[in-house]
Amino acid sequence: MTTAEIPVAPAAPTPPVLGRRAWVEHVMGTAVSVHVRAVEPTRPDIEAAVGRVYAHLRRAEAVLSTWRPDSDLLRLQHGETDDVHAWVADVTELCLEAEDRTDGLFRAWRARPGGRTVLDPTGLVKGWAVAAAAEHLAVVPEVAFAVGAGGDVVVGAGRGPVAAAPAWRIGLEDPRRAGAVADVVTVRRGAVATSGAAARGGHVIDPRTGGPVTRAGSATVVGPDLTWADVWATAAWVDPEHAGRLLGERDPSYRLVLL
Amino acid sequence: MRRITTWLLSTVSVLVLLFSYHTSTNSAGAGVVAVGESGVGGTDASTDDTGSVDGDASTGSGTTDGGPSGSGSSSGSGSSTDPGSGSSSADGGSSDSGSSSSAPSGTFTGDAVQTRFGPVQVEITVRNGRITKSVVTQVPWSNGRDQEINSVAVPVLNDEAVQSQSADIDMVSGATYTSDGYRQSLQSAIDRANL
Repeated sequence: MTTAEIPVAPAAPTPPVLGRRAWVEHVMGTAVSVHVRAVEPTRPDIEAAVGRVYAHLRRAEAVLSTWRPDSDLLRLQHGETDDVHAWVADVTELCLEAEDRTDGLFRAWRARPGGRTVLDPTGLVKGWAVAAAAEHLAVVPEVAFAVGAGGDVVVGAGRGPVAAAPAWRIGLEDPRRAGAVADVVTVRRGAVATSGAAARGGHVIDPRTGGPVTRAGSATVVGPDLTWADVWATAAWVDPEHAGRLLGERDPSYRLVLL
Repeated sequence: MRRITTWLLSTVSVLVLLFSYHTSTNSAGAGVVAVGESGVGGTDASTDDTGSVDGDASTGSGTTDGGPSGSGSSSGSGSSTDPGSGSSSADGGSSDSGSSSSAPSGTFTGDAVQTRFGPVQVEITVRNGRITKSVVTQVPWSNGRDQEINSVAVPVLNDEAVQSQSADIDMVSGATYTSDGYRQSLQSAIDRANL
C-alpha cells in the first residue's frame, strides 16, 4: 500500500481589513478633512497624530495669516516686531523660488496703494502647511492617510506595510458643475492641487497683468509634493500652455490636468 | 523557585480540598471551580499539576450540578480552548469594526443651510461606502414661486449628488472653498459618511 501525499495549497495570506475614520476641522479659512485607513483606526497614536496635524495648521495660520492682524507676518510688515517665527523666512524663500521656477507665473508680491510691494504668500502657504502637517501622520506605523484642505489633497502612508499603501481615489471637481466629478486620479503617495475659478470667482491674479484670471475651467497638478503641486496649479491656471511646458522641463514628476 | 511551586501547589490543593468539601454539602460548586482555576492561573511553573487539579475540580462540579454534564465538559476543555476562543473573538471584533468603518452604511443628514431663500437640508443614504440616494429633506416651500422652482431644481440636485458619487471617490480636489462653502460641498458628504 502506498500513501499519496495530497498537496495542499498554503492559504494565501488574507489582506488586513482596513477600517476608516475621518476628522474635519475648520482652519486657515477652509475645512480640512483628515481620513485614515488602518486595521484599527481608533488607535490612540493615530488620534494623537491627527491632533498634531491640526495643531500644525493652526500654528501656520497664526504665523502666516494675511488677515489676522496679530500674525507674525503682518506684525513684521507693520513694523511692530522683528522677532518672528522662522517659518516667515522659510515661506519667503519658497515664494522667491516658486516665482523663479515658474518664470513669474506664480508671484507672491503684491503692489499696495502707496507704492509699497508686500509679500502675500497665501497662494503657497496652504499647500506648504498641509504638506508639512501631513508628515505628522507619515511617521505613524501602519496607517494610510489622506488630508484634504479646501481642494488641495495630500495622501500617503506611515511606516510599515499598510497593505502596501492603499490607493486613494481623488475626484477632480467639475469646474462647470459644482458638486460633480469630472475626472478621477488614483494616488498612493503624493499630492493633488487644483486652481480654478469655480468656488470663489476670479481670485488668482495674473502677475503679468495684475488682473484676475477670468476664464472658466480649472488646472490640476498631480505630483509628489503638495507645495509644488499647488504652485504649479496656480501657474497653470494663469497660463496653461507656458506652465505645461515648464513643468515638463523643470518638474517632470508632476502631471497637469486641465478641465 | 521549587519551594514557591510546592508552596503554591500545597495552597492550591488545600483550597481545592476545602472547596470540594463545600461542593459536597452545597451546590455553590460551579463558582468555586472558577476560583480554583484563577488561583492556579498565576503560576506558569506547574501546568501539569494544575491539569490534574482542574480535573478534580471539574468532576466535582459535574457531580454537584448533575444536569449540566455539558457545562462540566465545557469547563474541562475550557483551559485549552480559552485562548483559542479568545483570539478568535478578537479577530471577529477587529474585522467587524473594519468592515463596518471601511464600508459605512446608513443615512446621514446634513446641517440645514440657510440660503437667501430659506433653509435647505440634504439627507444621503450610504450603502457600503457609496451614496445610493440623496434626498433634499428641507427646501424653501413658502409660496407658489418656490414650489414651481423647487419641483424642477430639487430632482436635479438629488440626481447630481448620486451621479457624482458613482466614481466612488475618497477626496475631492477642486478650487478652494471657504468654511461656509464646505457645508454644501461633495467633500462634506464624503466626510460625513466616514466620521
